[in-house]
Amino acid sequence: MSLSIKDHEIDIVIGALRSDLTSFMSEWRPIFSRFHLIIVKDPDLKEELKIPEGFNLDVYKKPDIDCVVGTSTSTIFSGYSCRYFGYLVSRKKYIISMDDDCYLAKDNKGILVDAVAQHITKLTTPATPFFFNTLYDPFTEGADFVRGYPFSLRSGVQCALSCGLWLNLADYDAPTQALKPEERNSRYVDAVLTVPARSLMPISGINIAFNREVIGPALLPSLRLGGEGKFRWETMEDIWSGMCVKVACDHLGLGVKTGMPYVWRNDRGDAIASLRKEWEGVKLMEEVVPFFQSVRLPREATTTEDCVAEVANVVKEQLGSKDPIFARAAKAMVDWVMLWKSVGSSTSSPGA
Amino acid sequence: MAEPATATQAAAPAVPQLKDELDIVIPTIRNLDFLEMWRPFFQPYHLIIVQDGDPSKTIKVPDGFDYELYNRNDINRILGPKASCISFKDSACRCFGYMVSKKKYIFTIDDDCFVAKDPSGKAINALEQHIKNLLSPSTPFFFNTLYDPFRDGADFVRGYPFSLREGVPTAVSHGLWLNIPDYDAPTQLVKPLERNTRFVDAVLTIPKGTLFPMCGMNLAFDRELIGPAMYFGLMGDGQPIGRYDDMWAGWCTKVICDHLALGVKTGLPYIYHSKASNPFVNLRKEYKGIFWQEEIIPFFQQIVLPKDCTTVQKCYIELAKQVKEKLSKVDPYFDKLAEAMVTWIEAWDELNPTGSSVTNGKAK
Repeated sequence: MSLSIKDHEIDIVIGALRSDLTSFMSEWRPIFSRFHLIIVKDPDLKEELKIPEGFNLDVYKKPDIDCVVGTSTSTIFSGYSCRYFGYLVSRKKYIISMDDDCYLAKDNKGILVDAVAQHITKLTTPATPFFFNTLYDPFTEGADFVRGYPFSLRSGVQCALSCGLWLNLADYDAPTQALKPEERNSRYVDAVLTVPARSLMPISGINIAFNREVIGPALLPSLRLGGEGKFRWETMEDIWSGMCVKVACDHLGLGVKTGMPYVWRNDRGDAIASLRKEWEGVKLMEEVVPFFQSVRLPREATTTEDCVAEVANVVKEQLGSKDPIFARAAKAMVDWVMLWKSVGSSTSSPGA
Repeated sequence: MAEPATATQAAAPAVPQLKDELDIVIPTIRNLDFLEMWRPFFQPYHLIIVQDGDPSKTIKVPDGFDYELYNRNDINRILGPKASCISFKDSACRCFGYMVSKKKYIFTIDDDCFVAKDPSGKAINALEQHIKNLLSPSTPFFFNTLYDPFRDGADFVRGYPFSLREGVPTAVSHGLWLNIPDYDAPTQLVKPLERNTRFVDAVLTIPKGTLFPMCGMNLAFDRELIGPAMYFGLMGDGQPIGRYDDMWAGWCTKVICDHLALGVKTGLPYIYHSKASNPFVNLRKEYKGIFWQEEIIPFFQQIVLPKDCTTVQKCYIELAKQVKEKLSKVDPYFDKLAEAMVTWIEAWDELNPTGSSVTNGKAK
């Protein structure tokens, strides 16, 4: 853990889509117990949450969410989007967020991966989006910039988002996993790298961390599939949000890193059963990707909120007529910016 | 601590892929002893040795290898006045080997690069991995977070559009180095003891629109797709700069690949780089490059190749034109370099007549 980051600057946000979090929390206890946790219960989940003792945490359930944002708005936090409520109410500078079916992974030496520490290291060392370093993250111990890397680009930019990866059940879509039902990711790639500027990627919400102060408003619930369900195969909400984040980061000169840390993702659900629901998402991506690749934000957009509002505008203009789902997403983004301004916009001062 | 594999550990593959379609190009000034270690992997292939330096010296090639060797006299004889574009007293001369080859694929390696071991201790057949990289598509238009989706045990992640999953042909496979990393002179001076011991088990496509520093130590490419772009510039004797040959080729190549929808991969395979060159000598060679690259990089980042540049040669001639227009003000060297770039293409077309200027991919 970077010495300059204090534990109280970090919130760990977990969206609870299943009620019994005992094994999840127990396994993560050695790593989580130092930090403040925000657990947000999926408003659609009926059973009571089971959370073991001994953590410093706040739990938000439907009544709490209703209280903060109103009953009509609280529907935007259904399913995997419940985690965004945690991002909204957090007052910390850094957020680490992971799905409740992620466990500790082991690296190539058999040592348990401290995902929190690795995310924080990524967020607190510079990113290098303007030129690709062939030895990956030059700020890692034992590595550096290679010959031919311009010196003026070696100080890098602030890293706003850290995407992690998954061993065992990788974040494949339903068709891919259905075609290869036995395939599990066993390849541990010992690297962190900056995703180059203007390169887009699918940012999975399963294992991420971000600098809330800098990029918070861009992680947002807005695209909801008609048949969105309670398995990652049945969602695209994070992929959509991730596109917004990357476009905003590219515009604002912020970095996005990917690679380690790995988490171990437990088997859950049936890809074939989810196939039916995910086709909608798969089809939408054919529109979504070229659209985001073409988005150019104006110079006047100087804050993350500005960027989100601009993207929402363009979504409405260019995609709104193609499918009502996009028109709804655009509106949700505009509403989110207002919600963030009224509920979300501050970080607590140190010690609070 | 990284260690090279010993010769006995290297086991030859049952069927050497592409053995009649790939040439191994090796520049040398010393000797080729290092080939002994690579024998199980390289012996089935044809070698093109480009001897730099004193042409009267005899370079001994280990027995059993099928090779052709060119020294400076041969280069002058074959190219006549166009030989001026081939560097002297610099490993940049290797690109002559690319030009005279008649094969579809090239693998080039430095003579201080040995067989590396993977974390399980197994000897790495670098050539085999390069071939895998070149024979599977690249994915430059959208970044896959699980790296090369065409590798065993990997695939495209959720959110990756299906229309982009076919990928594009791979033109370049850029390998890496364990032990002595490819650092510039200032970094070498500050960290003389740093060794690369991290084995990163990944191959990835460098996204479209992103430049990178291409190292020529462990490199393979599809000569038919991108060969004419692999000019390693004017370096060494009589030139104000050195150690930017592969960098220059890499920037030109990447811009052209992006324009023609071809892919560039980096990552595996690793080789074991045994020799650290003298950092003070390197500093003198690189010194100007360190300043010039601050102008060169924005130049390449901003280049737009016209739509009618539909072949590598046309793209390259256009690049040469823009180098002359925009970089001459940095230093008169770039004037010379731009002319040499044109000479290179003329020489390439002379040695590789009709059928070689194939339209590859679509100009973007």
